[in-house]
Amino acid sequence: MLRNMFRLLSCGAAIALVLLCGSCKNDSQRTVNVVGSTSIQPFAELLAQEYNKKNPVQRIEVQGGGSTAGLQAVTNGLADIGMCSRSLNPDEAQQFSQITLARDGLAIVVNPVNPVKGLTVEQIRGIFSGRIKDWKEVGGQAGPIRLITREEGSGTRESFVHLVMGKENIAHVALTQESNGAVKALVKGDPAAIGYMSLGLVGKELNDVSVDGAEPNAKNVLAGEYKLVRPFLFVTKGTVRPGATKFIDYVLSPEGQKILEAEGLIRAK
Amino acid sequence: MKQDKVISAILLIVALSAISGLALITVFIFKEGLPVILRIGGQQFFLSSKWEPSTGHFGIFSMIVGSMVVTVGAMVIGIIFGLGLAIVLTQFSPPGLAAVIKPTIELLAGIPSVVYGFMGVVTLVPLIREHLGGPGLSVLAASVVLGIMVLPTITSISVDALQAVPRLYFEGSIALGATRWQTTYMVMLKAAKSGIVAAVILGMGRAIGETMAVIMVAGNSLKLPHSILDPVRTLTSNIALEMGYASGDHRQALFATGVTLFVIIMVLNSIALAVSRFRPQRGGVR
Amino acid sequence: MRPSPAVVQRVVVAALWTLAAMTIGVLVFIIIYILAHGLPYLSWGFLTESPESMGRKGGVFPMIVGTLMVAGLAVLIAAPIGVATAIYLTEYTREGKLTAVIRFGADCLSGIPSIIFGLFGFVFFAITLGMGLSVLSGALTLALMVLPTIIRTSEEAIRAVPYAYREVSYGVGSTRWQMVTQVVLRSALPGIGTGVVLSLGRSISETAAVMLTAGSGLQLPHSLLDSSRTLALHFYILSREGISMPNAYATASVLIIAILGLNLLAYWLMRRFVAKVR
Repeated sequence: MLRNMFRLLSCGAAIALVLLCGSCKNDSQRTVNVVGSTSIQPFAELLAQEYNKKNPVQRIEVQGGGSTAGLQAVTNGLADIGMCSRSLNPDEAQQFSQITLARDGLAIVVNPVNPVKGLTVEQIRGIFSGRIKDWKEVGGQAGPIRLITREEGSGTRESFVHLVMGKENIAHVALTQESNGAVKALVKGDPAAIGYMSLGLVGKELNDVSVDGAEPNAKNVLAGEYKLVRPFLFVTKGTVRPGATKFIDYVLSPEGQKILEAEGLIRAK
Repeated sequence: MKQDKVISAILLIVALSAISGLALITVFIFKEGLPVILRIGGQQFFLSSKWEPSTGHFGIFSMIVGSMVVTVGAMVIGIIFGLGLAIVLTQFSPPGLAAVIKPTIELLAGIPSVVYGFMGVVTLVPLIREHLGGPGLSVLAASVVLGIMVLPTITSISVDALQAVPRLYFEGSIALGATRWQTTYMVMLKAAKSGIVAAVILGMGRAIGETMAVIMVAGNSLKLPHSILDPVRTLTSNIALEMGYASGDHRQALFATGVTLFVIIMVLNSIALAVSRFRPQRGGVR
Repeated sequence: MRPSPAVVQRVVVAALWTLAAMTIGVLVFIIIYILAHGLPYLSWGFLTESPESMGRKGGVFPMIVGTLMVAGLAVLIAAPIGVATAIYLTEYTREGKLTAVIRFGADCLSGIPSIIFGLFGFVFFAITLGMGLSVLSGALTLALMVLPTIIRTSEEAIRAVPYAYREVSYGVGSTRWQMVTQVVLRSALPGIGTGVVLSLGRSISETAAVMLTAGSGLQLPHSLLDSSRTLALHFYILSREGISMPNAYATASVLIIAILGLNLLAYWLMRRFVAKVR
């Protein structure tokens, strides 16, 4: 019986060795790791899928984790390309090279039954800082406002803070969710909720409010009317491997840009 | 014998690598986490509820409270239902039933935590929000979900403990005229006490350590909860939410949170050890 | 007037049975809910195809392979090392302060939250040792996570073997190693096996620790250094992001069936070996 166990173990060890040898590939074929923003992730995966139709050999892995995690991953060597859904601060801009692949609107979303259809930036700031606590103060039905925010490393959150909050902090009482999808699900289920998320991902189930009079759509973003816009960046550090460079080229090409536009993003230029 | 010496040496090497591997983790966590605690000061780290990594503030008090409150809630539910089930299975049900139900409960213990969390989000959270108020993502939701998760552990170990009580104790009590329930709470539970306490402590450790299900149903807000309908953030959720992007001081603060959890578990285990030493003497007539 | 003990008992027993029924009811409800929503979408195609469009369409084949690789490798590493350590601690050393400390340490470590192992694995294996987000990082992290449990359960199982067995073995002239393998291990195998299978179940269910060690790549892992997504993580991502609820339920159904199957296997194995030893 123990002899059988030994045989089983040696088979397992042999398989493990074979798999280990599979990891000895030459450099140009090694996986390109793209890590970072959960907002960019679905678009990056779509691009990777389309890219693989033309280049089936090159393996591209897209992972989430958040914008700042993406920057960290590039610094640590875990990723070739970092996805960042906010503009880089001056320190970061010095360390990394950035490429804008598209622009995305930042939508302020409320539940479909909420009568509030438009807010000013000051109102949004007041709501999220906790100064405005009741919906009736901004034209809705009386009731407490429930704040939904993203985790601290999120590019969406950083963009929101940069574009709307300014010097004020988001109230501590805000519910923290770790992805656009979770924010969407929560706002969809709670009539009193308000949150912020990627404009491209809002869909039909939620209401995105107009900000300072401008409706949140691609036209207004392009025209500069809708002011809550953030860049989708691909970030690299130092020398980039040829596999990664080719993928970035594809994303910036007319074909890549067309795919992004079809999904609701706004062109880089 | 020479063969024996060789084998002994090989086993020693393997055992040493295993133990040093585990020691490595402990040392690593403390090495990364302690400096931050010492630098900021224990009082600032443990007693301040200001957690703002971007400005260098690392106070985990609201999360310590969060973990404690959620765990206590989970244990209340886990003990009432888990121990209750164990008592029913061993004292008040037909003989075969325990043999069937216990493995079933243990099977259910293997369900991934993300499934429990998901069920909580889909069924429990809307229920709380609509009927009890608040955002639904709350201490209550987390306690219920965690309670259900630790219940198989408590039931299983309590059943073992109760079944290990010598039959003589039971028969003696009945012979003296006690009802089965009186026998249960006056004799059986007391005799199985150390096993039941071990079950509870093990369950507590699991509840404190749970991460994914809690992230999904607790709301993760940084404010101290004032009622069970308020959202809350636990120590484990904090690590999970931020470890992907934390660097430098922030990452060390997360390790320091790990140190805190480590110490809490060590204390719990020491209590379990101490309690099991005071096992009631197995006396009785042979 | 105090109620009679018989009445008290009736009330209490009724209350206890209600609690018990609620408990079992909730647990069964969870399984039935998931399976009811997921089984209709579970097909042979689902199990053998790769996901498309982030998981909106297609199947979970890479996730199944990824889960097997990460969890399987973890247990493959931890089980021999853990059992060997347990054998050494029980059969080859004397009981003393050192073994008590080691036992306490192993107990503590088996109770440490899995996220801490994840944090360690992320910083040590993925970054410091340069393995990146890969099956290997994930497997090593999980191996460390289940190692203390395997050591403790194996140790308990070995110590439960009556000393008489060992005496008899020595009596007929066996060496210590022969005694250990042919007598002690054979009797302790059900206990050891249960511990290993439960650790395998724990590795399969684990999400927090694999998220940042094995990564969340959607493609089939070709080697140990490729990143891979486990079934539990896939379910988490699908359900959180709202990508596809039917697929989420189907993934959860696969997970539940696999784990229930695993536990049944453990149970069956235990009964078979217990019968054998008797």
